[in-house]
Amino acid sequence: MIPGSFAYHRPTSVSEAVSLLNELGEDARAIAGGHSLIPMMKLRLATPEHLVDLAGLKDLKGIRADGGDIVIGAMTTQHEVIGSDLLGAKLPILREASLQIADPQVRYVGTLGGNVANGDPGNDMPAVMMCLGAAYDVAGKAGNRRINARDFYQGAYFTALEPGEIVTAIRIPAPPAGHGYAYEKLKRKIGDYATAAAAVVLTMNGGRIATCSIGLTNVAETPLWAEEAGKILAGSALDAATVKKAVAAAEAITSPASDRRGTPRYRTKMAGVMLARALARAKARARA
Amino acid sequence: MAKSQISMTVNGKTVEALVEPRTLLIHFLREQLNLTGPHIGCDTSHCGACTVDLDGKSIKSCTMFAVQANGADIRTIEGMATADGTLHALQEGFREMHGLQCGFCTPGMIVRAYRLLQENKNPSEDEIRMGISGNLCRCTGYQNIVKAIQYAAAKLSGVPFQEAAE
Repeated sequence: MIPGSFAYHRPTSVSEAVSLLNELGEDARAIAGGHSLIPMMKLRLATPEHLVDLAGLKDLKGIRADGGDIVIGAMTTQHEVIGSDLLGAKLPILREASLQIADPQVRYVGTLGGNVANGDPGNDMPAVMMCLGAAYDVAGKAGNRRINARDFYQGAYFTALEPGEIVTAIRIPAPPAGHGYAYEKLKRKIGDYATAAAAVVLTMNGGRIATCSIGLTNVAETPLWAEEAGKILAGSALDAATVKKAVAAAEAITSPASDRRGTPRYRTKMAGVMLARALARAKARARA
Repeated sequence: MAKSQISMTVNGKTVEALVEPRTLLIHFLREQLNLTGPHIGCDTSHCGACTVDLDGKSIKSCTMFAVQANGADIRTIEGMATADGTLHALQEGFREMHGLQCGFCTPGMIVRAYRLLQENKNPSEDEIRMGISGNLCRCTGYQNIVKAIQYAAAKLSGVPFQEAAE
């Protein structure tokens, strides 16, 4: 399969990239790792006349601590996320989720920024970012702004990004030391998108849940933050009755599509199963 | 559409060429450089038959434009054996352990396994299976591919290969 013709641009700074995208308008697309966009171009489902490659933007690389936040450059690859000692210590859920994305070759190239910015409901990181309360740093013609992950996703492939804007970094408040975490993903095979998946980050205090945040993947047009389910669990010892109530609250906000992964009813139930498993595993990992 | 001038190192040799931006790396390698070892299997980023090593990463060359590889250092299956024809330990392993039947996936498997062993000299069976999870084989059932990689890992570490008991 051969994509349609396009002109290739490789800016070396964020401002140059933003000017190019604004100048070229809707015929231009930014490309990060390209593992969503290039397959679409090969199928001619995407036919941009200009590609603005973000690979030359050094400022979009790197993982660093900034006060209580961890800041990850948008062009950081999944492979780099998996190999980062800083993330392994502060945000181990990212490694766990990243290892469940696609396959090794795709993870060498696919970027965190692309995964969160594309707006594909099948992508795994958006729900993890909603769970963690992350924010995205965005650069555009009108300047820079910060958008909370929980406000970012509006529909399948529709996000709060304005035309000509790019995500430059992902900013995540590090959960307290000793927090429990899990990303549970049901998929048919390696490389598949989730039938349903759940991200959980919780803290414990004296055997009870102090805080609990939950994200759900691929069970609606957008990733979901299951706020109500998290609230139900706070203060509980994760007893069976409370977990059942929280699972029901999480299932209630799903509206999955019917596809080869299953019927809406099945996928909703699987979201509940993934959540229950993630809660149990997160609790087992939490201290205090 | 204007062509772009690109330059890269492929199997140790510098290559310069003019390409259309839409030329995929796999097409550039196969059709302009006549390196037909990397195969086009699925053409949808799934099967891994087109895998090449690029700047220390295993990548699917059907999902990258040649212009994106400008300046890169690339190794394909053609660059695995030495100039005098001595096989790489992985190639020897695939031969000795019957790691292939039709052979279509083999170039991608070997190039991927090469990077896996660069990163992990002594992988467990599970690590090998996860490490080649982006490469599909429709003949072997993977058993002998795993053994071939274990053979190569042992040989590269200078220890005799012993098959695990069935």
